[in-house]
Amino acid sequence: MAEIMLAGFGGQGVLFAGKVIAKAGMEALKNVSWLPSYGPEMRGGTCNCKVIVSDGQIASPDIAEPDFLLAMNAPSLEKFEGKVRSGGTIIMDSSLIDKKISRKDVKTVYIPAKKIAEKMGDGRLGNMVMTGCFISRYGKIPLSEVVECMRRSVSKAKASLAELNIKMLKAGYAF
Amino acid sequence: MAEKFLMKGNEAVAEAAIRSGCRYFFGYPITPQTELAAYMAKNMPKRGGVFLQAESEIAAINMVYGAAGAGARAMTGSSSPGISLKQEGISYIAGADLPCVIVNMARGGPGLGSIQGSQADYFQATKGGGHGDYHMLVFAPNSVQELVDMTARAFDKADEYRMPAMILGDGMLGQMMEPVEFFEPTEPDALPKKEWATDGTGMKRKKNIINSLYLESEILERLNIERYERYKRICEKEPLFEEINTEDAEIIIAAYGMSARIAASAADALRSEGVRVGIIRPITLWPFPSEIFARRAAYVKAFLCVEMSMGQMVEDVRLAVEGKCPVYFYGRTGGMTVEPDAVYKEVKRILELKTAGGI
Repeated sequence: MAEIMLAGFGGQGVLFAGKVIAKAGMEALKNVSWLPSYGPEMRGGTCNCKVIVSDGQIASPDIAEPDFLLAMNAPSLEKFEGKVRSGGTIIMDSSLIDKKISRKDVKTVYIPAKKIAEKMGDGRLGNMVMTGCFISRYGKIPLSEVVECMRRSVSKAKASLAELNIKMLKAGYAF
Repeated sequence: MAEKFLMKGNEAVAEAAIRSGCRYFFGYPITPQTELAAYMAKNMPKRGGVFLQAESEIAAINMVYGAAGAGARAMTGSSSPGISLKQEGISYIAGADLPCVIVNMARGGPGLGSIQGSQADYFQATKGGGHGDYHMLVFAPNSVQELVDMTARAFDKADEYRMPAMILGDGMLGQMMEPVEFFEPTEPDALPKKEWATDGTGMKRKKNIINSLYLESEILERLNIERYERYKRICEKEPLFEEINTEDAEIIIAAYGMSARIAASAADALRSEGVRVGIIRPITLWPFPSEIFARRAAYVKAFLCVEMSMGQMVEDVRLAVEGKCPVYFYGRTGGMTVEPDAVYKEVKRILELKTAGGI
């Protein structure tokens, strides 16, 4: 089982990234849950979602101590850094957060996700670079499953968008 | 195996309703329920149904009253403040003995309250939120899959007993996504014919009348007594609940909906330390599964009722337990979520109490 917290600004695709992980997780493992923050937080402030992937039953979909934190802005990192389980992993977009993690009991990945996405043609897809990075660090959901999910969930008219997203996923995975 | 979908609770309820033969949805948007109406708006026209955004919640429930009177499966959905507005119509529907399904994805109250999930509408749902002597069936699922299953059941049971049924979820359940499988759809024409419906006589039968006004008290009393005889049968036949690890339990947590899942996380942690804790999760809140609580009260040291409210279902647990053992309460309110760790600590605290008296 892995408990994953994704957090950033509204508009960065935090909820979508969570959905991609949950969908691929549903195929690779058995059970998943996806719980968004909603309401006042979404309107201009921080936004987050909590994803659990598990081969057993999922009791509470709420997460107190995530195994993984995917932080896409500084306020989110500040808010959730202290909550990550000891031995857990923090993946943060170092092109958006100008800060080092002080905790010594967690693994840290500094990935300039937005910059990578910009270089590859669309800076808005930093969320997919982050997702790819998570998939490689987690290791229990094959990248091929995520790619498949991405292709399946877009309409034919938007197939080129799926391919761009997949490119970003792969770049994050290779990081 | 059936195809698995990853869906929000709100959307899953909508799809389950359509598959149950519901072709009439009347609603008014409100967080955290809006995805239900949005799904209906998108899909009802494609499936030969009607989605209508009413001018208010009151209008929406009265449209349900009309559609139900004509014999159709009809649904409305809202969240707490909107459900309060619907109470007049719900009472009329109960008084006219009409089946329909009302969805409440509850949020913090009272008043406009908050928009986060809450379980503070238990009293309103189970004790008659509107006026007069009546009940409605109340289903409280705890997963997106159970939302689907209970929506189908709510339509069937509402028809069977000719009464309104409510799906009582909360904002968290409505907003979360989980894998879900659906049953094969039923077409409205395939449903049993409702002989009492006001769907036109075709000059071939006597007029049916849908009404809740009786100026002669003797008649109203007789109808109410008849209705309560039906309720009695429902209380015997229809309570649903889930039990986890109660056989050897010294303490049992009573919780429904999302609170029950959070309590399950706490119970897992306690069991791994050897604490003999069980869970009883009512799935129908009305009829309340009183009997199982009475049976378990014979041997447990205590019950702990956990709710996202200031304590509402706890009253029904106490009534069922009849003082045989203490019933404690732990809750969060206003849209705050109960945390597994807090439930864990509360169970430990209760078991360490030397005297088992009081509440």
